[in-house]
Amino acid sequence: MNNSLNKKKADSATIISAVIVLLIYVAVFVAEQFIAPTSMLFTVLKKGATYALVAVSMNLLNGFTGIFSLGQAGFMLIGAYTYGVFTIPVAERLNVYQYYNGGLVQFVLPWFVAMLLAGLVAAFFAFLIGMPVLRLKSDYLAIASLGFAEIIRAVMQWDKLGPITNGSNMLRLFPAFNDFNIKNADGQVVVYLSTLIPMLIAGLCIGVIILLINSTFGRALKAIRDDEIAAEAMGIRLASHKRLAFCISSFFAGVGGAMLAMYQTTVQAKGFTTAMTYEILLIVVIGGIGSVTGSCLSSFLFVAASEWWLRFLDQKQMIGDFEVPLLRNGFRLVVFSIIIMIVVLFFRKGIMGTKELPDLIRGIGKKNKKGATAK
Amino acid sequence: MWNTIFPYLLTGISVGGQYALIAIGYTMVYGILRLINFAHGDVFMVAGIVMVYMAASGMPLWLCIPLVLIVTALVGFLIERIAYKPLRNAPRMSAMISAIGVSYTLQNLVLYITGGLNQLYPTIPWISDSVTIFGATTKMVTVVTPVLTILLVVALVALINHTKIGMAMRAVSRDFETSQLMGIKINSVISITFVIGTFLAGVASVLYFTNYTTVIQTSGAMPGLKAFVAAVFGGIGSIPGAVVGAFIIGIAENIIKGLDIILFKLGVIAAPIGLATFSDAFTFALLIVILAVKPTGLFGEKTTDKV
Amino acid sequence: MKKVFAIVLAMMLVLSAAAMAESVKIGVFEPASGDSGAGGKQEMLGMQYANKETPTVEIGGETYDVELIYADNGSDTTKAPSAANTLVDAGVSVVLGSYGSGVSIAGSDIFKNANIPAIGVTCTNPQVTAGNSHYFRVCFLDPFQGTVLANYASKELGATVAYTLGELGNDYDQGLCTYFKQAFEGLGGTVMHEDFPTGTADFNSYLTNAAGIGAQVFFCPVSIAYSTQIVQQAASQNVAFPILGSDTLDSNVVANAAKGTNVQVIITTFYQEGAAPEFDEGFKAWLAEDSEAMTNNGGNDMISAVSAMGYDAYYTALEALKAAGTTDSKAVMDTLPSVTYDGVSGHIEFDETGDAIRNAAFIKKINNETGDWEFVAEQTVD
Repeated sequence: MNNSLNKKKADSATIISAVIVLLIYVAVFVAEQFIAPTSMLFTVLKKGATYALVAVSMNLLNGFTGIFSLGQAGFMLIGAYTYGVFTIPVAERLNVYQYYNGGLVQFVLPWFVAMLLAGLVAAFFAFLIGMPVLRLKSDYLAIASLGFAEIIRAVMQWDKLGPITNGSNMLRLFPAFNDFNIKNADGQVVVYLSTLIPMLIAGLCIGVIILLINSTFGRALKAIRDDEIAAEAMGIRLASHKRLAFCISSFFAGVGGAMLAMYQTTVQAKGFTTAMTYEILLIVVIGGIGSVTGSCLSSFLFVAASEWWLRFLDQKQMIGDFEVPLLRNGFRLVVFSIIIMIVVLFFRKGIMGTKELPDLIRGIGKKNKKGATAK
Repeated sequence: MWNTIFPYLLTGISVGGQYALIAIGYTMVYGILRLINFAHGDVFMVAGIVMVYMAASGMPLWLCIPLVLIVTALVGFLIERIAYKPLRNAPRMSAMISAIGVSYTLQNLVLYITGGLNQLYPTIPWISDSVTIFGATTKMVTVVTPVLTILLVVALVALINHTKIGMAMRAVSRDFETSQLMGIKINSVISITFVIGTFLAGVASVLYFTNYTTVIQTSGAMPGLKAFVAAVFGGIGSIPGAVVGAFIIGIAENIIKGLDIILFKLGVIAAPIGLATFSDAFTFALLIVILAVKPTGLFGEKTTDKV
Repeated sequence: MKKVFAIVLAMMLVLSAAAMAESVKIGVFEPASGDSGAGGKQEMLGMQYANKETPTVEIGGETYDVELIYADNGSDTTKAPSAANTLVDAGVSVVLGSYGSGVSIAGSDIFKNANIPAIGVTCTNPQVTAGNSHYFRVCFLDPFQGTVLANYASKELGATVAYTLGELGNDYDQGLCTYFKQAFEGLGGTVMHEDFPTGTADFNSYLTNAAGIGAQVFFCPVSIAYSTQIVQQAASQNVAFPILGSDTLDSNVVANAAKGTNVQVIITTFYQEGAAPEFDEGFKAWLAEDSEAMTNNGGNDMISAVSAMGYDAYYTALEALKAAGTTDSKAVMDTLPSVTYDGVSGHIEFDETGDAIRNAAFIKKINNETGDWEFVAEQTVD
């Protein structure tokens, strides 16, 4: 389980993993140039990348630090709103803030600055919220953080904050993923980048998180997870470590929120419910609590299954003259939730357990256990 | 002043009573298993849906109501056996995640069966009638709820304090392993806890949906969450705590909804400032304050960490 | 792994292209679940009936089968983009919907990027069509509807104090409340507005608030799920003021809720049963023989205005396809501005923003004894 010690130098498994990740990016780039941009594949990849980042950020808390927080949707909301508020073109503000005379903010930040700011604002709120919440124990912490997410949602929708947040109305018309495509003078797309760039952003953020997990700080977090009291006895300062982990996780949740805004092209506080947090939690669980690779894989699988592969279950299907029974609107979700229950009950370790991609490759290399947990 | 506030109080007490009945289920399960049963609110919703379909099938109401309560208790029993029992020795987080999974499954199942359409709850005679008390007109159920809640709670407390099974429950909640050693059949105690909890949720659903007559797959989510907050607020594991917490939250939430008007009439504010937006958020703010001040809730027992 | 996806997908695309011959796909972007599920289903009924009545269309001299492709947006702006994408992916030529302005706006950009025109059926918020060339709509707009309602409240009901209630984060509710407020205050009245969070079931305190400020009219342009609750709770509180609503309340579900009570419910809407007897008769006959359709209509055969609008939208789409002479979505989009159609809800012709030019709305109220909608007046605003 604890393999962080033999990761000191970049061994061949790590290099192979890096190559695999690189190949995936190349494949995405190539696919994007040749497959119709309207294909569901790209929707899944974009949303999957967004969810992967948020899932990994949640895993950093739940899987690596042992803090059971359910506030992810709240921090995503802050991120999404920060991004939206600062990137809507000034010319469009009268349209968007139609009931608030164009709103208070009358300037625009470049998208990457706004995205960074989204993370910082989320982290700042995490800092404030962390003070009362992080003192609580497991379940209490879960419910308090969930409560904070609900409070944030209500505050964002408050009419009196309308000049900034547009009240409970949608934020829209800000730069979205499609604006990453490079166009020529006629508005024809020359190079498609609308899927690659979100995947790169998510990849970069996840890379930073991996570095953190493998640092001294990361090991301290794992010590806290395994035994708080023992960790404290060894000289790890619980409060400051937990707070920092909480802020970092929220930072990336905020960036994830900004990405979600770009994916959806519109943002509204109403959508960031506890159901969203639960969804992300399920992704983390399916992937394996404590595995970054698992969280990434399961985000793509989760999104693909729910948005794409299982869609046919919602429509009547005919095999010859035979109408398949049970298929009608909503069946997809029933099947989907049963799959989730099966994973939760019978495959408790999820797809990856606590293993990462390099571990798998090592496993294959040794040929002793042919990566039994991979499938 | 009194006339302004009284209607809000009345609604608050009624809602509070319904939350209380749901909250007991949370608090009992937590007391024994240390598990937040996130699916409890959805069981409450399922009870509502079962009632809708039973009544639609032409069954007389006097038969429907007891049947609904039995079916609900059965659902609670099955959920425990299928989704929680296999995880008894797993980390606590696994069981909680399983609970979230059950909640997700129940909602989606109901979405599928109802086709996502709102179902109109059948009108139950007498408790649906209008009644006027102290100048405020409301449904009879508003008055019936707190009375019934108190009666059921007294009965439940008597059961826990004065019967053999009650003693077993108390023993299990104190110490899981030791009580097992003492020959208590732990699985049946847990099952009975779930049956009692979901039965009360069934009663709550009859009262709640008589008042608010639409049932959809998400109907259980918010009441469930509020009831859970009430249970934590009162000190999770404590039944009187859950009831007191539920009434406080029910009343506070309705006062917040009317706070603009109340303040306006008292001359504190010159114009409405949209405080009603925070009716749900306030519940959670209250929770966080109480947890920060008294981490185990109003009536919670102080626990010490065993090293 | 992802390479495999890409290859599988490429194959699926080829296959679906092969299967597309001789049929034209119309996307139905409607909520079949969530708060607006009931309304969305009734809107779809109109399209389904129209599709049953006219299952083929003549495009460029060839007869095409019209295939309706459904995507449930779940009344949720976060689910709307991917639902919209499934329609785009299925290769639809034109999209109808959605019920609810918020989800329409949320799906809008997906259709825009794919060059697919969309015809809004009953999404009345101005933002749906403003500033883009691909979204059209066959109904009237909120500023118009809000003004009609404010006029009615002030002039016919003689109200001077109004209470408005909307759902937080619902663009439709918020828009209408704002326009109502503007118009009502313009007529010398005062308005208090409040919002309730999504998922609220307990409206007692809001009704008490309205009574507290001495409101003479209670305006709640909310979705069917909430309005039935409001009507019933108003009944048990015995409120003195009438409830005023918009097109979303025009459903037999709401009428049923008010049956046997003494709550007055007055609304504006697009269509009144009896305006096109042939359509009424055919539609009812269809409901009688299709039990699923009957269930989706709320269990009886009263015709909701949204069904009539869905019916008209379907035919407007067919007109556009005929005029374009091709199933290419871009061509359909370019022809749509010039398409006209005489539907059961009146004459449809688009202005430069893509909105149908309409200056009349029907005012209806519920007959509390029979639980039916009754025609009150046809209101116009200049």
